[in-house]
Amino acid sequence: MQNVEMQSSSPDVPVVGQSVGGLEAPVPKARSRRRGNRRTWPFVGAYLPVTVLVVWQGVCSLQLVVPAILPSPIQIADAFIQLTRTGELLADLKISLIRVILGFLLGAGLGLICGILAGMYRRFEEIVDPTVQMLRTIPHLAITPLFILWLGLGEWSKDVLIATGAFFPMYINTFMGIRSVDAKLFDVARVLQFSRLQQVSKLVLPAALPNLLLGLRLSIGVSWLGLVVAELLGSSSGVGYLILNAQQFSQTDVVFVGLIVFAAVGKLSDSLVRVLEHRLLRWRDSYTG
Amino acid sequence: MSDRQELVIRGLHKSFDTAQGPLQVLRDIHLQVPQGEFVAIIGPSGCGKSTLLRVIAGLDPDYDGDVTLDGERVQQPGVDKGFVFQEHRLFPWLTVAENIAANLSLKDRATREKVKQLIHLVHLDGFEQAYPRQLSGGMAQRVAIARALLRDPKVLLMDEPFGALDAFTRAHMQDVMLNVWLQNRTTVILVTHDIDEAIVLAQRVVVMRAKPGSVQTIVPVNLPYPRKRSDTRLLELRREVLRQLESHMVEYTPVSVPRDTERRRSY
Ligand SMILES: Nc1ncnc2c1ncn2[C@@H]1O[C@H](COP(=O)(O)OP(=O)(O)OP(=O)(O)O)[C@@H](O)[C@H]1O
Ligand SMILES: [Mg+2]
Repeated sequence: MQNVEMQSSSPDVPVVGQSVGGLEAPVPKARSRRRGNRRTWPFVGAYLPVTVLVVWQGVCSLQLVVPAILPSPIQIADAFIQLTRTGELLADLKISLIRVILGFLLGAGLGLICGILAGMYRRFEEIVDPTVQMLRTIPHLAITPLFILWLGLGEWSKDVLIATGAFFPMYINTFMGIRSVDAKLFDVARVLQFSRLQQVSKLVLPAALPNLLLGLRLSIGVSWLGLVVAELLGSSSGVGYLILNAQQFSQTDVVFVGLIVFAAVGKLSDSLVRVLEHRLLRWRDSYTG
Repeated sequence: MSDRQELVIRGLHKSFDTAQGPLQVLRDIHLQVPQGEFVAIIGPSGCGKSTLLRVIAGLDPDYDGDVTLDGERVQQPGVDKGFVFQEHRLFPWLTVAENIAANLSLKDRATREKVKQLIHLVHLDGFEQAYPRQLSGGMAQRVAIARALLRDPKVLLMDEPFGALDAFTRAHMQDVMLNVWLQNRTTVILVTHDIDEAIVLAQRVVVMRAKPGSVQTIVPVNLPYPRKRSDTRLLELRREVLRQLESHMVEYTPVSVPRDTERRRSY
């Protein structure tokens, strides 16, 4: 994360009397430079959750609340271990993962393609964009009953629900990314005789990449949301179902296990995109806080 | 005299359609530039210098008259007409070496070698892997020049390439440019608003006037290179160019100009 901070300190403003052939010092390798006025604490991000956990466990150990309302962290860990041992958790997680990946690929893939087409071709934009913008205003979770009616309770209704949600952020951000490409760079591409394909691969896509990645992240987030709703509304498997089922039997600790699993995989997928962002957007110099 | 290896502009007219009707920007421009010549174009702001350069580059093919390069009518941009824009216009996501190569592959040995040579030519050794954001304005502009040179253009068109630079960097860039030209002998057409830049670098200075943009006169600079900026003959030429520029700018004549500004005046 730290080398994002590197600023160009323009090492090359020639000094008076510098000779024509004067060679400049090479750019130092991207090297982290810590801000002078800020000390970095180790694991600073862990302070808050650890404190919460300790207080939580204390409250439960003192029996200030019933376990059916709020199980202690240790009880939750226990339930987690048991569910893992029986294989139940893993099986549910696998099913959920397949759903979310399928739905996401379908929705985000379509969003990407439509976004590129709308961004590149004005005619396509005129035909498709107004409709998309209209559909976008419908909270897509409200369409769930329709999907269940049309597609039944099988896998398809869930995939389509997730895909519907994943489509919009990807579409909008791809479109915006392409439209924000500096028109002056197109002149350069013409002078350098870029082929149509090179125009897309060497100019449009790299320039739109920050937006593409943002779309990707939002899209993944919405996919998880769609998954939970799909599994809560009509399903006999998956992590969402695990939660719903546990709630009916007042196994609050299992509900928590489900939530934690969602949080973990959600965070993991988000981190993956962040790593991708970090690698692909090295060329940017933005404010890093 | 043959038309080969030459840039020839004959009777060029150019107008833009605006809300108030057509606006004539260039009127009856004639100019012949033999292969290898260094020409500077100077003129008041808005006289159509950029427009003229864009027409020559083929970026604006909608014109009347003839613009031919090597006998062929210029109708679209291409690598034979290298263009250095006023801003560097590098691709921010590519490194220096990648920017110079752009759509050519660095995997190709010949290209890689040439890129390396050009980086050396513009004094950027060691910066191959730097991104544009890590470069100063002058360095970025040198990358842009190298990018144009890699394609061996028949003519190198530059639109106030050093305009945004401070005086020291600009002088340095002018020296770099001169070295590049002395080594390559590509035809160079340099638009500038700096009289000193024009007379130090060019073999001929085309002075333009505005409304509509046309050629006022062409001042030859028959001095050997390298030229000393303090050369008295340059001072004389400078006065001549200034006189030509001002002969059509009566309405702009300031009432009183501090001596200092008068001396550093630029267009
Ligand atoms: N695309 C366009 N549409 C309409 N008018 C234009 C267009 N481009 C340029 N012009 C007009 O043409 C005239 C010449 O513009 P141009 O940019 O060529 O001037 P210039 O000599 O390069 O000026 P400067 O020294 O300020 O860069 C200006 O009056 C400008 O308003
Ligand atoms: Mg201009």
